[in-house]
Amino acid sequence: MDRNQAFNGLAFLVAGGPALLLAALGLPPLLGWRWSERFAAGLSRLVILVGLTALVGIAVLFWSSGAGEAWVFKASDWVVLEEVHFHFRLELIFDWLSIPFAILSYGLCGLIASFAANYMHREPGYQRFFFLFAMFLLGINTAVLAGSIETLFLGWELVGLSSALLVAFFQERIAPVDNGLRVWSVYRIADAAFLMGAALLHHLTGEGEFARLAGSGGWPNAAISLPEGQALLIGLLMIVAAAGKSALVPFSGWLPRAMEGPTPSSAIFYGALSIHLGTYLLLRLSPLLERVPALAWIVLVLGLLTAVVGSLAGRVQSDVKSALAFASLTQVGLIAIEIGLGLRYLPLLHMIGHACLRTLQLLRAPTLLRDYQLLENALGRHVSNRRNPWPAWLSADQQLRLYRWGLERGYLDAILDRRVVRPFLAIFRWCDQAERKWTDLLSRRPSRESDQVRPTDELLKELR
Amino acid sequence: MNELHFPWLELAILLPLLGALVVGGIKSAERARYWTLGILSASLAGTLAAWLDFSRLQAVEAHDRWDLLHWLTGRDLLSLDEFSAPLLGLLSLLGFLTVLGTLKTKIQRVSFGGLLISQAIGLAIFSTREPWLLVGLLTLSVLPPLIELLQREKPIGVYATHLGMFVVFLIAGWWLVSGTGEGEWWHYCGGVLLVVAVLLRSGVAPLHCWMTDLFEHAPFGSSILFVTPMAGAYAAVRLVVPEAPEWSLKLLVWAPMLTSLYAAGMALVQQELRRFFVYLFLSHASLVLVGLETATPEALAGGLSVWFATSLSLAGFGLTLRSVESRLGRISLADYHGLYEHMPNLAILCLVTGLASVGFPGTIGFVSTELLVDGVIHRYPWTGLAIVLAAALNGIAVLKVYFRLFTGPRHSTSICLRARPAERLAVLLLVAVMIGVGVYPQPFLASRFHAAEHLLEDRGGAQLPPMHRDSPPGVPDETERSAAEPDEWEPVLEAGLVTAGRALAAEGFQAKWRPVAGWRTGEGGPRQRNALDDD
Repeated sequence: MDRNQAFNGLAFLVAGGPALLLAALGLPPLLGWRWSERFAAGLSRLVILVGLTALVGIAVLFWSSGAGEAWVFKASDWVVLEEVHFHFRLELIFDWLSIPFAILSYGLCGLIASFAANYMHREPGYQRFFFLFAMFLLGINTAVLAGSIETLFLGWELVGLSSALLVAFFQERIAPVDNGLRVWSVYRIADAAFLMGAALLHHLTGEGEFARLAGSGGWPNAAISLPEGQALLIGLLMIVAAAGKSALVPFSGWLPRAMEGPTPSSAIFYGALSIHLGTYLLLRLSPLLERVPALAWIVLVLGLLTAVVGSLAGRVQSDVKSALAFASLTQVGLIAIEIGLGLRYLPLLHMIGHACLRTLQLLRAPTLLRDYQLLENALGRHVSNRRNPWPAWLSADQQLRLYRWGLERGYLDAILDRRVVRPFLAIFRWCDQAERKWTDLLSRRPSRESDQVRPTDELLKELR
Repeated sequence: MNELHFPWLELAILLPLLGALVVGGIKSAERARYWTLGILSASLAGTLAAWLDFSRLQAVEAHDRWDLLHWLTGRDLLSLDEFSAPLLGLLSLLGFLTVLGTLKTKIQRVSFGGLLISQAIGLAIFSTREPWLLVGLLTLSVLPPLIELLQREKPIGVYATHLGMFVVFLIAGWWLVSGTGEGEWWHYCGGVLLVVAVLLRSGVAPLHCWMTDLFEHAPFGSSILFVTPMAGAYAAVRLVVPEAPEWSLKLLVWAPMLTSLYAAGMALVQQELRRFFVYLFLSHASLVLVGLETATPEALAGGLSVWFATSLSLAGFGLTLRSVESRLGRISLADYHGLYEHMPNLAILCLVTGLASVGFPGTIGFVSTELLVDGVIHRYPWTGLAIVLAAALNGIAVLKVYFRLFTGPRHSTSICLRARPAERLAVLLLVAVMIGVGVYPQPFLASRFHAAEHLLEDRGGAQLPPMHRDSPPGVPDETERSAAEPDEWEPVLEAGLVTAGRALAAEGFQAKWRPVAGWRTGEGGPRQRNALDDD
C-alpha cells in the first residue's frame, strides 16, 4: 500500500466515523427505538478512538513526507452540474493548521465521552446527549478539516445546532431554553454572514474555491490574489462570522449563557472547541488579513475589546462556570489580538493550550469546593482572596460604575436587544396589526380566530 | 410527441374524481376514510408509474397512450415533461399522507369527497400545458376551499376577495395576451394582469392575506394540501416564464424576494402555531418564485429544487404540527408547552422537518438552497444575499417554535398523547425522502437542471420574435452553437457578448431594448440577458 492509499484510507476513517456514529445514534429514535446507555457511550468512544488513531497516522505520514503543501482528501463531488460549473465538493484539507486542531478536537471529545458516560448516567436525556455529542463531533471535525466552502459551512451548521440544543439540554427549565435560542440566533447570523461572504466571492470572482480565500500554498505561507476591494468586503463578512462563533464583541453575550448546558458539553463546546472555531477561521483566512491590513486592525481591535470585557466581567461573577466562561472570553480576545498582529503559530499554540486548560477547569468545576479544601489542606493555610478586584487608584464611584458595568457584562446584550432586536420585532408587530385591520375590514368582523387562543390551553391546565 | 405505455395520467386524475362520487355516498366516516386512502394510493401509484415510464422514455414530453381526451378534443391536453413528472408524484404523495395522518377522532369533520375532487383538480393542473385548460383548472381549484369555508360558516371575505381577483386577472390576462398582437397596448396590459394573478395565487406580499386567513378558518390538513404544491408557481412557469419580458421577471424577482424577508420576519413575531406556519411557508414559497423568475439555468434549477424541497419538508412540518394541534386544539406560541415527554417522536419529526425546510445539511433543502443562491447571486447579488438572510431568520423561527412546543415545564397526564403509528408513518415517509435525497442529491438535482434547461429553451427559442432570437454581433446563434462543442464556443460567446454589449450600449441600443414594447417582446435567451443586463 503506497502513501497515497494509506492517506485516503485514514482520512476516510477520520471523516466517516463521526458520520456513521451520528446515523447510528440518530436514526433509531426516528423509528421509536432507543439504544442502551452502554451502547451509546461505547460506540462513541470506539469511533473517537479509531478516528484519533487515524489522525495520528495521517500526522506521522504528513511529517515523514516533509510536504509543505496541504494534503487534500476529496471525498467526492457531491453534486456536479457541469453545464453551469456547479460543483458541491466534500473536501478535507490536512496541513499543519488543521491536523493539530483536529487531533485536539478528537482528543477532547474522547475525554468528554468517557467523562459523560458516568456523569450523565441515568439522566433522562442520556441518549439525546450522545446524539448531540455525535453531531458536534461530526460538525467540529468537518469544520476544522474543511477544504471547501461548502464543507466548512456544513460543519458550522452542525456545530451550531448541536450547541444550541445542548445549551437547552435541561429543557424543563425555561432559562436554558431561552439561552439555547439566543446561542442559535447568534450562530445563524454568523452563518448567514459566512454564506454571504462565500456567495459574494462567487459573484465577484466567478468561482467559489476555498483557495481564493485561504490562499494557495501551504499554511501559513499561503497567499491570495484577490483584489484589495473585494478582499475587504468579503473579509468583513468573514470577521462577522468569526466574531459570532468565537463570541467576540459585540456577540460576547451568548458565551456565559451557554454554560446552562450539562458540564461536559460546556467544557468541550464553549470552553475548548466551539469558542475557538471563529479564531480558527481567522487563522485559516490569515492570507486575507495579510492582503488587507485594515482587516487585521479590525480583528485586533475586536480582540482587545473582547479581552477587556471578558476580564472585567469575569472579576464580578459569582458562580464558577460563568467566571470560567469570561476567562475563556478573555483568552479568545488575546488570541484574536495575536492573529491581528500577524502571528500564526503562537495563536495556534495558544488555542491548543487554552482548550486543554479550560477543559480541565470546567470538568473540575462541580468539585471546586472540594478541590479548594484539598489545596488549602496541602498549603496549610487559606488561599488568599483579594476582596476588591479593582485598582486602588479608581475612586469609589468609578469602582462602583465599573462593577456595575462588569455585572451587566458590558451591557452588550442590552444594547443588542434595545438597538437591534426590539426595533426589528416592533416593525413586524406593527405590520401584523396592519394586516389584522385589513383582514377585519374585508371580513367585516374580527377575522382572527387565533386571537381566542389563550397562552395556556385548557387541556394543558387540566394536565397540570 | 412520445407516448407513455399506459394512460397513467388519466387514470391518476379520474380515480379520485370517480372516487369522490363513491365516497360521497358512504355515510360511515371511517369507511369513507379507508376508501379515500385506497383511491389516493392507487392514484399515487399511477403518478409514480407515469414518472417512471416517462423517465424510461427519455423524452422531452410525453402523453398518455389511448388518450381519451385526445380522441374527444383532438388535442394533447394532458402531458408530462421532466418539470411536471415529479410534481405529480409529490402532489399525490401529499394527498395520501394527509389522509393517512388524520386522527380517527377528527375524521367526522373531514370532507373526503371534497378532498378527492381537490386532488383530481390539482393533478390535472400539474398535467396540462394547454394555457386555457390550465386557466380553467386554476379557477376551479379555488372553489373547494371556498365551499369548505362556507360549510363551516366561516368568514369568506378575505379569501373570496383575493382569489376572486386572481381568477379575474388570470382569465382577463390570458385572454388579452392570447387575443392581441405583440406590441399592442392590450397585450401589455394582459401581461401585467397575468403577473399580478401569479403574485396573488402565490401569496406574494401585500397580496398574501388570503393565505393567513385560510389557515385561520379552514382545516389545517386541507389548507396544507391546498398551498404546499404551489399551483401559483406552476402558473408562473407555464404562463409567465415562457413569454414574459425582462421587466416582468424583475418584478417577479423583487416582489417575492421582499416577501421572503417580510414573511421570515413575520414568522418570528407570530403568537399562534398556524399563523407561524403560513409565514414560514410564504417565506420559502417566495424563494421558489425568485429562482423561477431569475431565468438562468442554475437559478431556475435551484428554484425547482427548492420547490420540491419546500413542498416536502413543509408538508411534513405541517402534518407534524397538525398532529400536535389535533391533540391540544389551537396552540399559542406565547408560552412553553413542555410536550417533549408526551410526544417525543413528534418532537423529533418536528425538528427534522422544520430544519429540512430551512436547508439544514443532510436534507434535501441544503444543496437546493445552495444551488438557488449560487444561481441568483450572479444576476441579482442583493437578492442572493436576501435569500441567505431569510433562511437565517427562518432557522431562528423554526427552533423557537420547537422550543415553545416541546420544552418548558413538564406536565403529568393520564391521556396518552403519543403519535399514532399512521401519523408517524406519514411523516416518516416524508423524512425518508428528505434525508435520502439530501444525502444523495445528484440524480434529483440533475433532473431539476434538465427540466430547467427545457423550460429555458421554451422561453429562449420558439416564443421569441425573430429579431430577438438573433444573437448580438460576434456571437454565434443557438443553431451554430449546438453544432459545435459547447465548451468550444464558451470563450467566443463570452467575448462576443462583452463586445456586443459595449457596441449596443454605445449605439444607444440598450435604451430601445429595455423599455417595454409588448408582452412577448423578450430580450433574447438567458445567456444574452446575463451579459447585458447584469446588475
